[in-house]
Amino acid sequence: MYFSAKNLTGGYGGINIIEDCSFEVNQGEIVSILGPNGAGKSTAMKAMLGILNLKCGEVLLNGENISDFKTQERIKSGISFVPQTQNIFTELTVQENLEMGAFLIQEGINERIEKMFDLFPIIKEKRNQFAGELSGGQRQQVAIARALMTNPKVLMLDEPTAGVSPVIMDEIFQHILNIKKQNIAILMVEQNARQALEISDRGYILVTGKNAYEGNGDYLLNDEEIRKSFLGG
Amino acid sequence: MDFINSIVLLTNFIFVPALTYGSQLALGAIGVTLIYGVLRFANFAYGDLMAFSTMLVILFTWYLQSKGISLGILPTAILAIPIGIIGTIFINLFFDKTVFEYYRNKKSSPVTFIVVSLGIMFVLNAIVRIIIGPNDINFMDGERFIIKANEFKKITGLDEGLAIKSTQFITLIITIITCSVLFYFLNKTKTGKSMRAYSNNEDLALLSGIDPSKIIFLTWVIVSILATIAGTLYGLDKSFKPFTYFNNLLPIFAATIVGGIGNPLGAFYGGFVIAFSEIGLTYAYKKFFVYILPEYLEPNSLVQYISTDYKFAISFAILVVVLLYKPNGIFKGKIL
Repeated sequence: MYFSAKNLTGGYGGINIIEDCSFEVNQGEIVSILGPNGAGKSTAMKAMLGILNLKCGEVLLNGENISDFKTQERIKSGISFVPQTQNIFTELTVQENLEMGAFLIQEGINERIEKMFDLFPIIKEKRNQFAGELSGGQRQQVAIARALMTNPKVLMLDEPTAGVSPVIMDEIFQHILNIKKQNIAILMVEQNARQALEISDRGYILVTGKNAYEGNGDYLLNDEEIRKSFLGG
Repeated sequence: MDFINSIVLLTNFIFVPALTYGSQLALGAIGVTLIYGVLRFANFAYGDLMAFSTMLVILFTWYLQSKGISLGILPTAILAIPIGIIGTIFINLFFDKTVFEYYRNKKSSPVTFIVVSLGIMFVLNAIVRIIIGPNDINFMDGERFIIKANEFKKITGLDEGLAIKSTQFITLIITIITCSVLFYFLNKTKTGKSMRAYSNNEDLALLSGIDPSKIIFLTWVIVSILATIAGTLYGLDKSFKPFTYFNNLLPIFAATIVGGIGNPLGAFYGGFVIAFSEIGLTYAYKKFFVYILPEYLEPNSLVQYISTDYKFAISFAILVVVLLYKPNGIFKGKIL
């Protein structure tokens, strides 16, 4: 597997929010982490990014153990993250947001920005507007484009469709499918479980901080018990 | 003719002095706003920081003068500004490493930072008084006037004179250059944009690979440059007295808040809002009305709204009104 996290255990203070969680994602694959509120989905993602200190567990990127890397080093080594909230620079223009995404890149920034505008045509028209003036769906596109600027190998998304309308949600999922074609490993946490599984190759369901179920999208969607408990019938 | 005289009168006593004073406040306020935007606290030591940097400039100016070096018609202090800037960068980084960094790592509340900066204020204040003393120091040399009132009268044949001091002219030129360079830096360069990005969203800046320690270093460097320039220009224009610099904290804070704290462009305009209000409200308009009104309407009083003794009350009143009704500042727009 290209990117994997094994036996992650950790939390804030003395309490473990995630216990013995493992995730894997390959290049060109979309993997969703699902589960009820408070299951530790976002915490697991923070653990993989090095924002949260782990008690045990390891994170591997292309065979290399990056468990001791700080967040910024993980980003340099090819992991990119789109937080759920405050994921854009509201007081910078759309173009400046993308430039900041490419802060670590020295060359080819303009080509990369043009590529993002091809991928997300709607934000091209707004390139000189402040990102804070955009609608929810457009902000989300700017956020994803910013994260893609570093040319990452692994893209992690924390609830990319939180608080947008169903139409926009479909649009964002469509964009994520397009990103997948660039052979990027995509790991996302989602609340809209059913729709997320429809575009995912595989999924993990977390319950109270532990891996409860895992499998490919179809399996999770069709399993009677999982449907009743987590996908709303 | 009377109309032109009245315009010259206002230019001489309100417009030119307020433009100068406003520039000095603007430079100071941009410094305060940058510290707030990046380091997220209101630095009460700023007035005394300006006094400290001006002291360095004065000391070096004296040294240059003792060596017989001067800039001719320009004040020698301009040559000494770079030394002042270096010394100020040094002391700012020293306080950052020894004091502010500790509280930053502890993630202390803004109120803690304010109290800490008050402590630094007392330390700086004492250093300045020990080294150069509390007295008034005039370190202006070179040509004092660009246009003298008498010459202006002779050339134009008007009754009213217009005097422009060379310090006023220098203040304007240096402010224009400094602010142009600063705003170009913040809006057009990668490093400047990353500073704005860090100020806007610290967590996302970290996720984008922006190094906070570099941003903080850079902020202290820029703040040192601004404080030294603002302090020196103010000292050249008026005179240097440590207590006056401490007093200037109020109009500088008022300018910062009028412009929206964290917004450099707002702080720039805020400086002029405060300066024009202060000078415009404390000026005695009697002579102006004598020029423009017919004789039977001429005022008997001075037509001065507030005595100059109360000029700080104006800053204070503006501060209170802005905080009550427009706490984010009177200028809409971006922060940093």
